[in-house]
Amino acid sequence: MASTTLIAETMHRPADRGFLARLRGGDEISVLVTLAATVSILLVVGLIVFQLWTRSEPAMKAFGLGFLTSSTWDPNNDKYGALPFIFGTCVTSALALLIAVPMGVASSIFLAEMAPPRWSNILTFLIELLAAVPSVIYGLLGIFILVPLIRKYLAPVLASTLGWTPFFTGDFYGVSFLSAGLVLAVMVVPFIVSVSREVLMAVPPEQREAALALGATKWETTWDIVLPNASPGIMGSFFLALARALGETMAVTMVIGNAPRISASLFSPGYSIASVIANEFAEASGDMYVASLIYLGLVLFGLTIVINAIARIFIIMTQRRSG
Amino acid sequence: MTMEISVRRRVVNAVMLSLSGLCTLVVVSVLFFILGYLLYHGITSLNMAFFTQLPKPSGETGGGMANAILGSGKVLLLATLIGVPIGFLAGVYLSEYSGKNFAFAIRYIVDLLNGVPSIVIGIVAYALVVRPMKGYSTLAGGIALGIMMIPIAVRTTEEFLRSVPNNLREAAMALGATKAKTIFSVVVPAAIAGLTSGMMLNLARVAGETAPLLFTALGNMFWSKGWTHPTATLPVMIYNYATAPEEDLHQQAWAAGFVLLTLVLAINVTARSIIARGPAAKKR
Repeated sequence: MASTTLIAETMHRPADRGFLARLRGGDEISVLVTLAATVSILLVVGLIVFQLWTRSEPAMKAFGLGFLTSSTWDPNNDKYGALPFIFGTCVTSALALLIAVPMGVASSIFLAEMAPPRWSNILTFLIELLAAVPSVIYGLLGIFILVPLIRKYLAPVLASTLGWTPFFTGDFYGVSFLSAGLVLAVMVVPFIVSVSREVLMAVPPEQREAALALGATKWETTWDIVLPNASPGIMGSFFLALARALGETMAVTMVIGNAPRISASLFSPGYSIASVIANEFAEASGDMYVASLIYLGLVLFGLTIVINAIARIFIIMTQRRSG
Repeated sequence: MTMEISVRRRVVNAVMLSLSGLCTLVVVSVLFFILGYLLYHGITSLNMAFFTQLPKPSGETGGGMANAILGSGKVLLLATLIGVPIGFLAGVYLSEYSGKNFAFAIRYIVDLLNGVPSIVIGIVAYALVVRPMKGYSTLAGGIALGIMMIPIAVRTTEEFLRSVPNNLREAAMALGATKAKTIFSVVVPAAIAGLTSGMMLNLARVAGETAPLLFTALGNMFWSKGWTHPTATLPVMIYNYATAPEEDLHQQAWAAGFVLLTLVLAINVTARSIIARGPAAKKR
């Protein structure tokens, strides 16, 4: 790149040509227009932050940080607290990662270390198509296929084997933290697989050859040598998946039950930050109601920005390491 | 003793490797379950009326989603007109003009914008467009999805322009072309297949977005009166019908889901196979 810039500068020294000639050549315009587009993206990001902040200000002033720890959500009396929603978002995301992380890492190990390249590419392509399926379609399948299946097969098994723990108690109606967590798990697995696989494949082959030459089995090579080398990038993929899960709206809204409840039992219906905004925003009457929902949006925004920033740092770390 | 350890190690090896293969199989099979259910329920619910008729008032059966199909088209057209030019031009700047550190910073911010939950983008479009214009509108929906298209448009453009070999740029400049001429007549055309495919993928990604449309484009049981009026869209119709109690509406939701998924996956498969054949694929 450096050499091309040099050529460009020496060939078209601005002083050599008139303003009109330069304009016709398009160089100044081209720089200005593309720079303007770049700056406009910064403006958009600025606007997002500014709008969320100013529009939620009434609720921030009225409830302060107590908003985050209060569990009353009572539009009739204009009292708002975010705890049940934060709880629902965290529980469903945690459950999703609990399932998606082992599945995703195992799949990426298979795709990067074992499958023949041709098969690996085809399978990865199919898994990445999963990420292209719109979330409302996951919701549709969740309501009509997954929830009945869980009610019929999974819930009775969980209740009879793990019913003594507080996590699987009470009646199971179908819509629940459990259903939302399962749908989310399927939705975030592709992100873990596609990032982790790439990171694993970037580990230099010499490391594998050295371990194998010393007598390690394929699995020992992968687990003790390759995986630790790729771990920052794989961690990055977890955070990327977490950010997706936290912000996911439609699929969760359709299967979580939409009841602002805090319960240790995963069988219980709940509510998430994104779902309550999706459900109540269009009908919200009253400035404080709207401001409280936007305050929730701001909380969600802050949460995902931080998690995404961490994910990017991890991924950049691995890119630097492998050159 | 050594024999024993070696057997244990070999067993662990075999078990763990098969488990990882099994996990891959499970994950991939989910896609086929999704396709299977959508195909089964979609085909049985789909008919000509779906494409040509308006939704029937509640209580009556039949009807279609012609207005939602047009509405989705309009919202996506608007989103493309907003997201693609901004993202493309910014991508050109990052790849061809920008210094290293500035490009790094912008790329980081663009990635963060890509991570903003779609429902939050909906709130912002509501605050920026719906509130000042005092009404839900097609325009607001288009702007919401347009903002969502920007990050991928930037990264796609940057990636494919970077994959164009530098000697093309040097050759053009050696022939006396200005830098702008070089970029827009040589570099961009060289990457055009990848760029178009990337933008198609970008469009497919927002085509299924529902959350940002809930309180921007809202919904409509009739033909939309224009760009400043609410409009029905396919994803929002799927959501409304799937969560409604009537069995007949569930059938329509399946039909709409089938149409939407077919569209999204067809674009994905086409665009990805074009990209996989291009020069950028070899570099990666």
